[in-house]
Amino acid sequence: MLWEVDISVIDAAADHAARAAVAGAAELGIPGCTHARTATGWLIEGDLSQADVERIAATLLADPVTEAFTLADLGSSSAAEKLCRGPAGLADGNLPTVVHVLPKAGVTDPAALSVQEALALLGLSPATVRSVRKIWLPKLDTATAERLAWKLLASEAIHDVVVGPLSLRTLAGGRPWVYTEASVTLEGLDETALATLSRKRCLALSPAELSAVREHYRTLGRDPLEIELETIAQTWSEHCCHKTLGSPVDYLGPDGPIRYDNLLKETVFAATHAVRQALGPRDWCVSVFRDNSGVVRFDGDHDICVKVETHNHPSALEPYGGAATGLGGVIRDVLGTGLGAKPVASLDVFCVGPADTPAADLPPGVIPPRRLLAGVVGGVRDYGNRMGIPTIAGAVVFDPGYLCNPLVFCGTVGIMPRNSADATVQPGDLVVVAGGRTGRDGIHGATFSSVELSSDSETQSGGSVQIGHAIHEKTLTDFVLEASRQRLFSAITDCGAGGLSSAVGEMGAHLGATIDLDKVPLKYDGLSATEVWISEAQERMVLAVPPADWARLARVAAEEGVEATAIGTFTGSGRLVLRWQGKTAGDLACTFLHDGRPKQRLKARHVARRELAATWPEETDSPAAFTAALVAILAAPDVASKEWIIRQYDHEVQGCSVVKPLLGPGGGPADGTVVRGVLGRDRGIVLGVGLRHRLGLLDPWQMAAGGIIEAVANAVAAGADPARIALLDNFCWGECRREESLGTLVEACRACHDVAISLGAPFVSGKDSLNNVFAWTDASGSPRELSIPPTLLATAVGQVEDVKRVVTPDLKTAGSRLAIVGLTCDDTAGSQLEVVGRVRGGRVPMVDAAVCRDTFAVIAAAQRAGLVAACHDCSDGGLLAAVAEMAIGGAAGATIDLAAVPAEVPVGAGRDLTLAFAESPGRFICEVPAAAVAGFQTLLAGHRWGWIGTVTEDTTLTVTASSGQEIARVAVERLADAWRSRR
Amino acid sequence: MLSPRAMILRAPGTNCDHETAHAFERAGAISRRVHVRALALKPALADDFQILCIPGGFSYGDDIASGRIFALELKTRLAETLLKFRDRGGLILGICNGFQVLLQTGLLLADPTGAPQATLAHNFSGEFVDRWVHLRAQPGKCIFLSGLETPFDLPVAHGEGRFVTRSAADLTRLEAAGQLVLRYAPDAAGLSTNPNGAAADVAGVCDESGRVFGLMPHPERFIDATQHPAWHGRLDGASSGAGLALFTSAVKAVS
Repeated sequence: MLWEVDISVIDAAADHAARAAVAGAAELGIPGCTHARTATGWLIEGDLSQADVERIAATLLADPVTEAFTLADLGSSSAAEKLCRGPAGLADGNLPTVVHVLPKAGVTDPAALSVQEALALLGLSPATVRSVRKIWLPKLDTATAERLAWKLLASEAIHDVVVGPLSLRTLAGGRPWVYTEASVTLEGLDETALATLSRKRCLALSPAELSAVREHYRTLGRDPLEIELETIAQTWSEHCCHKTLGSPVDYLGPDGPIRYDNLLKETVFAATHAVRQALGPRDWCVSVFRDNSGVVRFDGDHDICVKVETHNHPSALEPYGGAATGLGGVIRDVLGTGLGAKPVASLDVFCVGPADTPAADLPPGVIPPRRLLAGVVGGVRDYGNRMGIPTIAGAVVFDPGYLCNPLVFCGTVGIMPRNSADATVQPGDLVVVAGGRTGRDGIHGATFSSVELSSDSETQSGGSVQIGHAIHEKTLTDFVLEASRQRLFSAITDCGAGGLSSAVGEMGAHLGATIDLDKVPLKYDGLSATEVWISEAQERMVLAVPPADWARLARVAAEEGVEATAIGTFTGSGRLVLRWQGKTAGDLACTFLHDGRPKQRLKARHVARRELAATWPEETDSPAAFTAALVAILAAPDVASKEWIIRQYDHEVQGCSVVKPLLGPGGGPADGTVVRGVLGRDRGIVLGVGLRHRLGLLDPWQMAAGGIIEAVANAVAAGADPARIALLDNFCWGECRREESLGTLVEACRACHDVAISLGAPFVSGKDSLNNVFAWTDASGSPRELSIPPTLLATAVGQVEDVKRVVTPDLKTAGSRLAIVGLTCDDTAGSQLEVVGRVRGGRVPMVDAAVCRDTFAVIAAAQRAGLVAACHDCSDGGLLAAVAEMAIGGAAGATIDLAAVPAEVPVGAGRDLTLAFAESPGRFICEVPAAAVAGFQTLLAGHRWGWIGTVTEDTTLTVTASSGQEIARVAVERLADAWRSRR
Repeated sequence: MLSPRAMILRAPGTNCDHETAHAFERAGAISRRVHVRALALKPALADDFQILCIPGGFSYGDDIASGRIFALELKTRLAETLLKFRDRGGLILGICNGFQVLLQTGLLLADPTGAPQATLAHNFSGEFVDRWVHLRAQPGKCIFLSGLETPFDLPVAHGEGRFVTRSAADLTRLEAAGQLVLRYAPDAAGLSTNPNGAAADVAGVCDESGRVFGLMPHPERFIDATQHPAWHGRLDGASSGAGLALFTSAVKAVS
């Protein structure tokens, strides 16, 4: 019998979902939606009596104080009337339209699973449950009601929308799959036919790659089986093997041709190698570019590991689910490093289109940026908060280039006991899958993220979107960490892109394995062997378990309530053998799978860029224009407070956060954020991020270099030791097949190489996401394409010896002096000053990495000597935005004299705006207490720096122009209001 | 004499267990994290403890409502164990999700029929919020708050923390009985710091005995000065935070 139970709050004023729907309807211009009511519905199918269902509703589903419920058997004649007349039977004749939003069959429904599991506590027989959201609205025609639901409540990738009564009579799923052997004919196909085959099967393999597969199978005298071809496609995907970045590249640079045999190895990896060589016995890297995350030394007992991932394509289709599983995936990367690490902090960075993009300017299928951002924030919030991992660092930037291809970066830091970074699978180890069950979730995620999005992706690729279940991952984490403590497995990896095929394939790359696919626990019947093998169902880990430890491991799993199943053995045969009910269903040679991919030599070319001389609006250096620029910059989307996001994230769980994203009595912004590595110990981990995407199209070398400098400056401002900073790279590029566009990627790689070596900061891990291109046909029928700007996200992971000695940006004491360290140039291109329309063009900010290295060293020395009470790096908005943020955080005021800024800025129009807002890299503002002035001055000898002002009790920011005239006098409260003006 | 023992009772989705155990240890207790499955299998485990704490987190995902399934599990499998623990003088503390659980089990604020007189509903904003609040205690008989007469700061982090009673009369009665022992207080500028719209600014309540206490703010997140968002340059980084006193009071009371 299929029952429906609806739960709704009794007090209409507390119905938030209804409030949101009314507001949303107004935004969509749907008239007459002045009020609404909502309910959470539960569809429950099982052998249950009315009394049973009433008990479920009263004791499990409804709050006895604030909620009411109504229920009916959906097969009964009165059901429709009962369930549709208003929330929990509170008949309201003014709300005749009822809309249901429910997850599509097969989409993970965590709340329903929780109800299902709780039924056992009530002593009831098992039942199947699905959740449904219901909303009652004033009279609307079906099409309008559907439009409202799709725009506000539902996502096409994962939901069904039903207006009016539900006609559903059963939740029953599919039937068990019966084995059928399916092979794929490649013989006789020309290049076009191979390309078609690849696209139709969503393989993302090039004709050259498919030819290599054909060649291989020709020597075997047969066609590849479907499951074998899928395995190859997953393993060879851009997502899994850096297809482009790892390629041989002929690059024609400004100084002549350069030949790379493997671009990534000869740039980013090579820099790390050089830094480690130079450190010699003091090398503090442990495991780099090898495991699921990069591992470095922390204290005498621990190493830390770190990874930053992108989850762009799934988030473009289903922001909430995409971002949640992005975070879930990177957490599993940390959990799956070495013998398992404990996740201690996360970060997130979002690049999206301008929030105010008019609906008419959105290409078909593109989710409006505001809704997208709300969705990705919600995904990170619900996953991170439930996992109990503080999300403490991040950034959000807005740029038209990200309208169709938003970027979603999620990163996690973990801590592990020393000597557990190395994990080796032994022949004979059991292949154990632990965690969530396998469904059709995310089939083709790996190959999908390697192809371009198009306007019909939303319908085409729905299967690629996964929904996370954070509590399954939390229990999985508890289980893995306990099993790791008892050393019950010899290696571990996460099931991410490519699912079991990638996880088992990688772990058994040398040994080979035999897998019984029919033993994999399923969410529902009907999955074929291939689907089981490549499903990207979330919250699963694969462990290599010595047979002698299996019983103990299984006991730990049972104690933590985690399902763990042995599905095969790592054999040592060098073959990946897949079986179904004992019969061989696929058999691949590991050597071909991992080394058989034909490498194509790519061509890349440098294009000389034209620099645009700065042009200034008529009224430039007047006090009014100057103040207006300052206020506009603080309110600019990239700079403005992200408090509305930060407060939704639990950034204090685990009790270790020491420098939080918002701090000081005024709640100003932090630079780097800091957590203790181990509760009760004083050594800290510092996180900084840098992103200079606005320079991506102007100069990709400077874009990448500037991003790295910004990330490191963030960490150093907070007190990180500049000699202990690990870097991560995330390359996100648009189209890279043309020589000049691939050239931009090469230049960014070269910047990573040069800057890392100059700073002595090794890259330890990274990830790339290429082909962020969106294709559509516009209203006039012409094909259009939008590519993201070349974007490198740099992440710096620093360390501070004693968290009690960190430094924060909020101003502390009236009477302290303010210093700027670092040289200011006329670097206005790509600046926030340009974003707010106060200048056009200008010089591209130039990184001199050697000077930056010296600046970082002297800032760290001044902090160590106790000479710095507050420190903030100058990034978006330059010097004056930095000072304003320091004043907001400290609830204090300051005077600034622009004439005292050490600068190379030509005299003429825009000089004061340039001094105040240019974004020259590698500069810091320091608050120096009166007693430390002499010491600071001595220490800084030989550096480009200057005293530029004082901290004042009066909460006003006063600025003197280079002419000596006062150019601004603004209440800090007004600046704070501007900074907090956006949501 | 022997240190008192604190059981940190966890369920799938509990995520503040480590720092809560750490806070009790800092206060002088010996802490043990115990999975509710293990306790259900062997309820006699509780006999070795003087303090039982249900920490924060998202037990069983909190997908239906915060603490609902964990509370149901305690009611169906461990009701007797918990009552016995309380009645023999044990102290019971619920923090955030643990507070939600205590209310729903009826260990806090149940009427004589066992029905809850109050609940913790969705924040009025409809959103999860992590921020610091100003608090004022009226400890009365509440053992955990004893001595905490001056106002102090703690962080909150929850989506469902709005204290609501069944009726206005219930609120008046609880107030008169001295059970509304912890309230959100105005900040230095006189602005309310009530983060969720709780009735009468209630942040924490105790039972009639004063030995069972639940609160939404997280005392375990302010046992060191460095956990405060404005500590740098203003508090001694080596000093302790206001939340530690709450654990110390409990540990002293059972020592």
